[in-house]
Amino acid sequence: MSTPRTTNDGGETGRPPTAPQAVATPKAKMSRRQKAKISRGIQYGLLIVIAVVVALMADWPTLIGTFGRVDIAAAMFPEVVTQALKNTVVFTLLGFALGLAIAIVLALMRLSSVGVYRWLAFVYIEFFRGLPALVVFLVMGFGLPLAFPGFQLPKLYIIMIALALVSSAYMAETIRAGIQAVPKGQVEAARSLGMSSSRAMFTIVLPQAMRIILPPLTNELILLTKDSSLAYILGSSVDGRELTALARAEIVNTANLTPFIVVALCYLIITIPLSYLSRVLERKYGSAEAGVK
Amino acid sequence: MTETTTAPDSGTPLIAIRNLKKSFGSNQVLTDINLDVRKGEVVCVIGPSGSGKSTMLRCINVLETPSGGSIVVDGMDMTDLDLDIDAARTRIGMVFQSFNLFGHLTVRENLTVAQIKVLGRSKEEANHTAEANLDKVGLSEKIDAKPGSLSGGQQQRVAIARALSMDPDVMLFDEPTSALDPETVGDVLQVMRSLAEAGMTMVVVTHEMEFARQVADRVVFMDGGVVVEEGPAKDVIGNPKEERTQNFLARVLHPGQLG
Repeated sequence: MSTPRTTNDGGETGRPPTAPQAVATPKAKMSRRQKAKISRGIQYGLLIVIAVVVALMADWPTLIGTFGRVDIAAAMFPEVVTQALKNTVVFTLLGFALGLAIAIVLALMRLSSVGVYRWLAFVYIEFFRGLPALVVFLVMGFGLPLAFPGFQLPKLYIIMIALALVSSAYMAETIRAGIQAVPKGQVEAARSLGMSSSRAMFTIVLPQAMRIILPPLTNELILLTKDSSLAYILGSSVDGRELTALARAEIVNTANLTPFIVVALCYLIITIPLSYLSRVLERKYGSAEAGVK
Repeated sequence: MTETTTAPDSGTPLIAIRNLKKSFGSNQVLTDINLDVRKGEVVCVIGPSGSGKSTMLRCINVLETPSGGSIVVDGMDMTDLDLDIDAARTRIGMVFQSFNLFGHLTVRENLTVAQIKVLGRSKEEANHTAEANLDKVGLSEKIDAKPGSLSGGQQQRVAIARALSMDPDVMLFDEPTSALDPETVGDVLQVMRSLAEAGMTMVVVTHEMEFARQVADRVVFMDGGVVVEEGPAKDVIGNPKEERTQNFLARVLHPGQLG
């Protein structure tokens, strides 16, 4: 309804301003509500059809016999929790802690005014970000002991270092982005108060960067939990097994795949709370930087 | 450039800027700036955006490194690479256009962190100074608030209190009211006015002509990286001699008129 402003001057002719004319709009065959209802109906229907087809086609007795043997699952307890789950958590946390320390150093190197530091950090990050974690584990576990005959570290250290190498490359980039996301004015204010650039970094910038990068770091912890499964290729003593190693051993012992299901559930026990934590942190800090400009 | 007509409280200037040059790459932003600021003097720097006035201010505490010339603040040669620049900056308070309060710290921590970590004051002493300065800007009740919960005007007053808590010899203001909602500008200007009345040496880059007219001992008009005109506020703002100053003031004071 575009009436030119000048002509619609109400009282001039005494005619009331014309109301939008409902008659002019063509009557739709279906209301929007009806359309939405039909669309939803089709989507649910499709879902049910797929579920029914899959359920009918599956060979349930074999499926349960292979993946769902309660007796085999029951026999894995309590070791699956007291040893394997515990080991997975320990490996992950140690790798994460060392990785985080390396990552902070790398991020600061990336932002250094010394070109060599920037370059070294860049090369490290590109290198380890581009390698499959599996390769890092193989080189750390088998390559280095062969190349340097004296190189004999306990397995726990090798796992920890391998996980740290892999995760630090990713986390370094996250931390660098977090540091750069802190407004430049924060450093200027700190410097104008007489803080040295390193004090400004550690008391003003890094604490604020940490809030920005907590959610992505939690995400990295989830990825690392799963990467820790690669420790199985190094082989281990019975009580050094983490979840995947235990599952593989049990599969051989029982000639059944149920242990994988049990172990999968154990991974989810770790990762689902972590992703919940990540979401909480994101809500809490995600837009909290509005106060800092 | 007109010669300076300064207040009689002379002696050596607290800030002496000589032939200051600054360029970013091939872009020359400041050309041979000369400016003296005496103790207790309030100097307002006005001029169109891009005239280099903020850059000049930021050169005083070397947030921007000058490309040439010299800046001496209270006997300290700010361009001397052997100068302890961190110690020198503690004596020069700075207030930014965008406040730059530390968002992860409370108001109290904002005011005490540098006192404790840089000046080495005890926590009690730092707290005492912080409370006194927060009272000065009228925000005592906000001492435990986070900056994010304050209005722009309140944040800027906290920022002023933060700078004052270092007991500086001079205060630099970089367009302190430009990022504020109009209704909060007055409170900030009032704080600055009482600071000036208390005898603080101040260099204020501002677009607030009324404030400059009333508070400044001297007004400096900059355009194109040079000082075009300087003198008492009533002369530079009330009766400018230079054509560029006249044009600028006409645009700023009567923004509604075209041409």
